[in-house]
Amino acid sequence: MSDVIDRLVGVTQGSPVDQVRRRRPVTRDHAQGSWNALFEPQVLGTVPLKERYAVALFVTGVSGDEVAGFYWAGLLREGGGDWAPGIDQAVQAGTTHGPYGRYDTHGNLAHESVEGLRFRVADALRPQLGEKLAAALDHAHLLVFRPRESSQAALKLLTDAGWSVTDVVTLSQLVAFLTFQLRVVAGLRVLGEVAR
Amino acid sequence: MSRTPQGFTQSQVSWSPWLPPLPEAEFTDLHREALVDPARAKNPYFALLARDPETLRERTKTDNDIFYNADGGLPRAERELAATAASRINGCVLCASVHSRFASQHSGRSGDVQKLLDQGVKGDQDPRWRALLDAAEALTQTPPRLEASHLERLREFGLDDLALADLIHSTAFFQWANRLMLSLGEPLEPSS
Repeated sequence: MSDVIDRLVGVTQGSPVDQVRRRRPVTRDHAQGSWNALFEPQVLGTVPLKERYAVALFVTGVSGDEVAGFYWAGLLREGGGDWAPGIDQAVQAGTTHGPYGRYDTHGNLAHESVEGLRFRVADALRPQLGEKLAAALDHAHLLVFRPRESSQAALKLLTDAGWSVTDVVTLSQLVAFLTFQLRVVAGLRVLGEVAR
Repeated sequence: MSRTPQGFTQSQVSWSPWLPPLPEAEFTDLHREALVDPARAKNPYFALLARDPETLRERTKTDNDIFYNADGGLPRAERELAATAASRINGCVLCASVHSRFASQHSGRSGDVQKLLDQGVKGDQDPRWRALLDAAEALTQTPPRLEASHLERLREFGLDDLALADLIHSTAFFQWANRLMLSLGEPLEPSS
């Protein structure tokens, strides 16, 4: 059976990429299992699916993966989300190249600091998305592009917006997982070009 | 007093969470299963991630297979090299300390690993590690910039499709690991 990575890569059954993925069945199963745990969990907790799809659409959008963006936009639509236009606007404003950021706490690395966009969902857009989702998108952008600038203060913005500690763990896993999955997908697309 | 490490190191670094881990008294069978290794209940990082047990369980099983599956593919040392490179680029001092030690241990090339920490991924390395680091560096960018030429170059050193897939997965996995470690707590030099 094909899985989400196969769909996003465009893997066909029996192709070299399909065969190489099946040489690592545990990785293959649990990469998909991680997707299931985040987007079709057995115990949902207090981060609704619609919010999960919205964050995923934002993360893949700002990371420049159009195929994944199309996929998540579809799920968000099916999930009854009227957020897609707002997320699209946030993606337009937040798309950049990373990673970058300042090293504020490791003295010997200060000279490696790289400035870049410190994204925050625009004030005009925040009522439409709601403060809770907007805070999640702000944090997702930090994680995707300048994870070295993470801080306790950044986590407080999430809890102040109404996310519980467990919600913050789930949202962090979700964003971080997507940065993994989109690179597996990107890497396997390239492998498909050279596979023997 | 513990303090923040000043830069990248192969020495032991500890980690302090910014959010409360799940108290051990609140662990259920589901949480213990998620840890995979029960001793991890005492580790603040895994005890914090245990708040979302389904995700932790799947993540741990993915992690262990990508790095420990010894059935062919990329040598363990070079999977750890990729993990160290990703951590060096993203700025995860803790992840880099753990996986640079593994890279040194499995390759026997502690000096070259130290050069990676000191000079970064563009520093001087032998041609095979140069090619591995270039591919890992390209894949760590957002958006990823890995190209066919990176993988063709690695083929010249005998990497087959499985080894290339292992490199992709090891590098990709550390995007996940780095972002959790960096955003949920901070590295500290162990109190002596």
